[in-house]
Amino acid sequence: MTDTPETKPLDSTRDKPFEPVMIGFTCNWCSYRAADMAGISRMKYAPNVRLIRLMCSGRLDPTFVFKAFAGGADAVLVSGCHPGDCHYATQNYKAMRRFHLMQRVLAQMGIEPARLKLLWASAAEGQIFANEITKFVEEVRALGPLNWNTKPNAVEVPAEIPVEEVQA
Amino acid sequence: MSAEEKKPKERVGVYVCHCGTNIAGVVNVGEVSKWASDNLSDEGVVVARDYKFMCSSLGQELIQKDIKEQKLTRVVVAACSPHLHEKTFRNACKGADLNPYLCELVSIREQDSWVHTDKIAATEKAKAIISGGVARVIHHEPLEPLHVPIHPATLIVGGGIAGIQAALEIADAGFPVYLVEREPSIGGHMAQFDKTFPTLDCSACILTPKMVDVGNHKNITMLTYSEVQKVDGYVGNFAVTIKKRARYIKTEDCTGCGICWEKCPKKVIDDHFEAGLGYRKAVYTPFPQAVPKYPVIDDINCTYFVKGTCKACEKFCPTNAIDFNQKDEILTVEVGNIILATGWDLFDARRVPNYGYGRLANVFTNMEFERLSNSAGPTGGNIVLRDGKTTPKSVGIVHCVGSRDKNYNNYCSAICCMQSLKFAHLVHEKTGATVYNFYIDIRTPAKAYDEFYQRIIEEGTLFVRGKVAEITDAARNPGEEGKLIVQVEDTLVGKQRRIPVDMVILSAGLEPRYDSKALAKTFGISCSADGWFIERHPKLDPVATMTEGVYIAGCVQGPKDIPASVVQGAAAAARILGKIQQKEIALEPVRATINEEQCSGCRICNTLCPFNAILFHEDRMVSEVNPALCQGCGTCVAACPAGAIAGTGFSNEQILSQIDGLLLLNLNKKEAVPAVLPQV
Repeated sequence: MTDTPETKPLDSTRDKPFEPVMIGFTCNWCSYRAADMAGISRMKYAPNVRLIRLMCSGRLDPTFVFKAFAGGADAVLVSGCHPGDCHYATQNYKAMRRFHLMQRVLAQMGIEPARLKLLWASAAEGQIFANEITKFVEEVRALGPLNWNTKPNAVEVPAEIPVEEVQA
Repeated sequence: MSAEEKKPKERVGVYVCHCGTNIAGVVNVGEVSKWASDNLSDEGVVVARDYKFMCSSLGQELIQKDIKEQKLTRVVVAACSPHLHEKTFRNACKGADLNPYLCELVSIREQDSWVHTDKIAATEKAKAIISGGVARVIHHEPLEPLHVPIHPATLIVGGGIAGIQAALEIADAGFPVYLVEREPSIGGHMAQFDKTFPTLDCSACILTPKMVDVGNHKNITMLTYSEVQKVDGYVGNFAVTIKKRARYIKTEDCTGCGICWEKCPKKVIDDHFEAGLGYRKAVYTPFPQAVPKYPVIDDINCTYFVKGTCKACEKFCPTNAIDFNQKDEILTVEVGNIILATGWDLFDARRVPNYGYGRLANVFTNMEFERLSNSAGPTGGNIVLRDGKTTPKSVGIVHCVGSRDKNYNNYCSAICCMQSLKFAHLVHEKTGATVYNFYIDIRTPAKAYDEFYQRIIEEGTLFVRGKVAEITDAARNPGEEGKLIVQVEDTLVGKQRRIPVDMVILSAGLEPRYDSKALAKTFGISCSADGWFIERHPKLDPVATMTEGVYIAGCVQGPKDIPASVVQGAAAAARILGKIQQKEIALEPVRATINEEQCSGCRICNTLCPFNAILFHEDRMVSEVNPALCQGCGTCVAACPAGAIAGTGFSNEQILSQIDGLLLLNLNKKEAVPAVLPQV
C-alpha cells in the first residue's frame, strides 16, 4: 500500500515514499531526560516522532494511545524509566502491563501490535533513545501507513468505525 | 467546537525562540511563527512572534507586554526543554499578573533543532509541537503551588571531605545535621592520603581539625558505622531509616584510651584503611585521629564472636565500656533536605592483567603508595619494596590505569596526573630514585597545578609519553634481571622502549561506589551509564538533582580533586541553607484529586499508589487522595474506570488535546479527514 503523493507547500516531507507520523509518550524523569540528553549531545534521529511529556509512564491512559492512532498517528512510542528505576517506585510496571494489554487490543482491532513500542530509557541513555527511535521509524516505514480512514469522531461513537475499511 | 461552547475562547500568545542559531539554524522560525498566527487562530492564537532569545529580559518583556496589551490568557513558548527554562517563563507570566501555570513551554531545541538535520522536516515538526502546545494550554487551569514546611535538619550521607564541609557549613549556620558514615570514622579517602597536591601540605594536618570540629559541633549528630536503609517522604519532610551497626562499645563509657586494641590478640590485615599493607586488631579505630574516638569490634574476626571465648578487651577495659550483647539499631530521623557525598571506589588494578598487579610483588596501586609514603602508615613513611626493607633505585609511575581506556572506563579520573606528579616528587625527595612517568597526556588545569608540573620536571623526573603495554619480570638481558620491565611505546620518539625499574606505581582511576546504583534507587535519583550521579544541569546546577531536596557533592557526581569536592560540599550546603531559611517550600501542584460524586469505591486506585496516598472512607465508600503524600505520578488517574480522578497539570483534556494538536498538520494532509480537532 502506498501513500498518496501530495504537493502541498507544507508537505515536503511527504515527497519521500512514506514518512510515518508518530506520537511518543515520555515520563518526566527518565525518558524525557533521555530525549533532552540526546539533544544536548546533538545526537541525530529521525524527525517523525512528536513527544508528549507525562509525569510517569504510569500516567499513560490506554485512551491516549488509541486516540493517537485514531487521530492519524502511524505508530505510538511509550517510554519510561527502566524497571526498578521508576521515580515513583513501581509505576512503570503498570505501564508495562497496560502496554501488553494495548498490544492485544490493537491486534483485535486489526492494527499491527508492532505499531506500539515500549522503550525503557534512563536519563543517561540519550543514545539509546535516539537509536531506538530511528529504528522504530524504519520498522513503521516497512509496515506502511496506518490507513485509519474514518470520521474524526470515531472515538466518540465506536460503533461507527467501518471495520471493513481497516487495512493494515 | 464543543470546547468553545463550554467556555469562552482563550487568547493565546505563541513565542518562538531562535536561541541564537541553536533553533533558528535548523528550524525556519519566521515561517513557524507566521504559520501559528495564520493557522492556529481558530484555536485561539491571537499573536505569534519569534525572537532571538526568548529567555533574555527583553524576550520576557515582550511576552509580558503582550499579556497586558493583547489581554492574553494563555502563553505558549517554543524554545528549549522545560527542564531548563519552564520556571523562567512561568515567572515572566507571573510578573504580568498571569497565573504561571497558564504558560506552556514546548521544546523545539532538544527535541527538534538539535537532533534533526533536515530543515524542512524540523520546521514541520516545530509546527506540530507548537500546535500541540496550543491545544494543550487551552485546558490549563490557574494553579497555586503547594506550600509545605521545611524540616530544618539535613541528612548528609558520607563523611569524606565533601560531606564534612557541607556538615560544617550547615551546622555553623545554626541548623541540625545528621552525618551518616558507613565506616567507623569519618574522614573518607582523604584521611588515607599522605600529602596533598600542589601545596604538599599533609593531608591529615588539614583534615583532622575539620573532623574534630564535626565531632564537637553541637548541631551535628554523627552516625558512624551506619547506613541509610530507606527514605520516605519528599522535599521538606523526609523520614530516613538508618541502620546503626553494633559497635559492641558503650560509647557513653568509652574514653578512647586504646587499651582494648593493645590487648586484643587478634591481628587482621587492614585491607581498607591501610590498603592491605598493614594490620589492625579485631577491636580497632581505623586510624589514630579517628572521629569519633570510639573503637568498633569487628564481629567477623573477633575471637569471641568466632570461638565464643577470649573477651580480653572486656577484661582490661578500665571503664567497662565493652558490651558484646549490643545489637544493631534502627533509627528514623526526620530531615528536610539530603546531601549525598558517598565518594568513590578505587579502580581494581587486577582488572588490567598485563600490568601484573597482584601477580608481580613490586607493582603497587596509588592507594598503597599513599600508605607507604604516609609517616603514620605501615612503614612509617619509608618508601620500600614489598619485602619491607629495600629502597627502590628506580620507580615507574603509570598514568591512566582504568581511565581513558575503552576497555575499562572512558572518562578521565581527573586526579591521577597531579597525584602521579606528587608521587614523583615524594619518591625523589625520600629515596633519590630515578622516576619515570608514563603518561598519555598531562592534565594540570587548576590553580598552581601546572607550576607544580614544571617543578617536577625541573626536579629531574623523566616523562615518557605513551600507554604502557605491559609490565613484566621476564628479563631479556642481564641488565633487566630481577627488575620489573615496563614495555612502552614512546610516541614522541616513535620507538618501543623497555625500561627496567624496581617498583611500579599504578595510578588507578576513580570509579563510582560499587553500590551507587542501589543508593541512587534508595534516594530516587539517576545514575549516568558509568554510575556517577546525574546533576540537575551539568553546568548551571551541578549540586542539585532532579529530585527536589536531594543534593550531591564531591565524587558521587564525577571524579574530582579535594578543592572541587570542598567547593561542591559548600555549594550544596548553601543551596540547602537558602531553602531552610525560607521555612517553607513551594511544590509543583501536580497532584491527583478524586471527585467523590463519580467515585464508585472500587478501590482499584488504592493498591496502585506506591505512596499510600489514597485513603478509603469505609463509611461513604469513596477514596480520597492525601495531597501531602501524593507525588503526582498520575497512575491512579489513568487507572480509574469511572474517570473520577483528575490529574492536575496533566489532565485527560490536556493530554488528549495535545495529541490532537500534534496531529493537526497530519490531519490537514489526509484529505479523508476534515481538518478540525476531533473532540472526545
